[in-house]
Amino acid sequence: MGIVEFIGDLIGALPGACAQGLIWGIMAIGVYLTFRILDIADLTVDGSFATGGAVCVMCILAGWNLWAAMLAAVLAGIVTGLVTGLLHTLMGIPAILAGILSQLALYSVNLKIMGKANQSVNVNNTDLLISLRWVREMELHNPLIMVSIVLIATIAVLYWFFGTEVGCGIRATGANLNMSRAQGINTSLNKVIGLMISNGLVAFSGAWLAQYQGFADVNMGRGAIVIGLAAVVIGEAIFGRIFINFALKLLSVGFGAVIYYIVVQAVITAGIDANLLKLLSASIVAVFLAVPYWKSRMARAHAVRKAVN
Amino acid sequence: MLEIREVYKVFNPGTVNEKVALNGLSLSLKEGDFVTVIGGNGAGKSTMLNMVAGVCPVDNGRIYIDGEDVTHLPEHKRAKYLGRVFQDPMTGTAATMQIDENLALASRRGLLRTLKPGITARERAGYKELLKVLDLGLENRLTAKVGLLSGGQRQALTLLMATLKKPKLLLLDEHTAALDPKTARKVLDLTEQIVNRDHLTTIMITHNMSDALRVGNRLIMMNNGKIVLDVSGEEKARLTTADLLEKFKISAGEELANDRILLS
Repeated sequence: MGIVEFIGDLIGALPGACAQGLIWGIMAIGVYLTFRILDIADLTVDGSFATGGAVCVMCILAGWNLWAAMLAAVLAGIVTGLVTGLLHTLMGIPAILAGILSQLALYSVNLKIMGKANQSVNVNNTDLLISLRWVREMELHNPLIMVSIVLIATIAVLYWFFGTEVGCGIRATGANLNMSRAQGINTSLNKVIGLMISNGLVAFSGAWLAQYQGFADVNMGRGAIVIGLAAVVIGEAIFGRIFINFALKLLSVGFGAVIYYIVVQAVITAGIDANLLKLLSASIVAVFLAVPYWKSRMARAHAVRKAVN
Repeated sequence: MLEIREVYKVFNPGTVNEKVALNGLSLSLKEGDFVTVIGGNGAGKSTMLNMVAGVCPVDNGRIYIDGEDVTHLPEHKRAKYLGRVFQDPMTGTAATMQIDENLALASRRGLLRTLKPGITARERAGYKELLKVLDLGLENRLTAKVGLLSGGQRQALTLLMATLKKPKLLLLDEHTAALDPKTARKVLDLTEQIVNRDHLTTIMITHNMSDALRVGNRLIMMNNGKIVLDVSGEEKARLTTADLLEKFKISAGEELANDRILLS
């Protein structure tokens, strides 16, 4: 394949890649809230992402109003966060294990919600908020337009919330547990609230993806945590120095997801075996997470050399 | 103001590492008391403060603050009565949050946190004035992340946060121990200034004997989870470092062995 052909194909696939990136951007913001603000790696998301998709599709199939179906998906995600939070705070299970337990349990729950492994909504006879079919139309139901608006609105709400007394308490909980308790902050409660908000967002994102692709699948959230982390680390690496404000940081996570999907699209277009994608994603995240650690070690070694000379 | 009644605390019970940290400790503080606490390693000084603050539960005994039984109250609920400064300057502040945000968190200690703004413009102006008192130049760095501050600056800020909402009891756990002598002196001066200004009931653990003698109106010495010396007023004012060492020897039957104790 020639370079011109490659660029042509990539540009052709760009709207779809950007739309998926925006949808996963909402999910990645959920991951950012737990991973960066609460300092918890929450693995519930692999399950709650599919829960969001499953609940949304089933509600649409039951003839619900589309926005009501979205709300139901968010509420379902909030419940999954609540479960993980209680496993962690009430039952003393380490956060990472609590997330794994929820994730595993959700596999069964998601199967039960859908009745089988896969449920589709036909865009031909069902009205949907977005669909990949409409990715080139200048209408509100174009996923690029709709999800961009939703993403901005989500960031606005989160920006407001994390500036309130409750939101500041959650940020303090993630920053310093001892200090938070000494200042009268209920750290257990705040962790649970944080996990609920995060998983609510993740399920919200799953619901958008289910409509976008026209189906929900029990495996649709597999590896979601890695994609979320990839978006977070890519966003921080590229925009970290210029986006200091909290809202801009959230936006950079959204951009990170879009960039991630453009890269993925480029890899696919270049004809690289799609089966290797998850290996590639995991490698990218591993390297990006290692960079700050290596940097600090190198800075230390440099400081030591300076000190002894 | 504070009453500790027959409190026991055993760490790692039933194991080879079993350690009786508090052995039936009783202590009663009057309003406005400024108590300095000294003692050897493992005497139970920090454990006593942690029991009062509710960091971990007591095995037996009761604790009352201002007449209320707080023995079973969780740490974050007791916080409304307490201001705390820790030995490690990293512990008392949130490094990734701004100076003004840290103060705003402290100003809401003991209050219900709602969906109102976490910090207001009027508060910021007030914090600026408060920080001027520290004389560390922090009043011009209100939006700087606390992680950028030095240990001494963080400790001064923690002290300010602990006393921002006047606490019924101020707990200082060797809060100058991790600082260089000059900064330690400054933080201690600041402590006295604030305590005297607000008439705070205070417990201050210190490993510096002369500080323990110079500051406060009452001094207690601990050994093996008990109070072995309790002097106040005139009697405390007449004490010298040599007296303290001698008294420790008599009460504990051994030398005050602690390589961190500063005699001068």
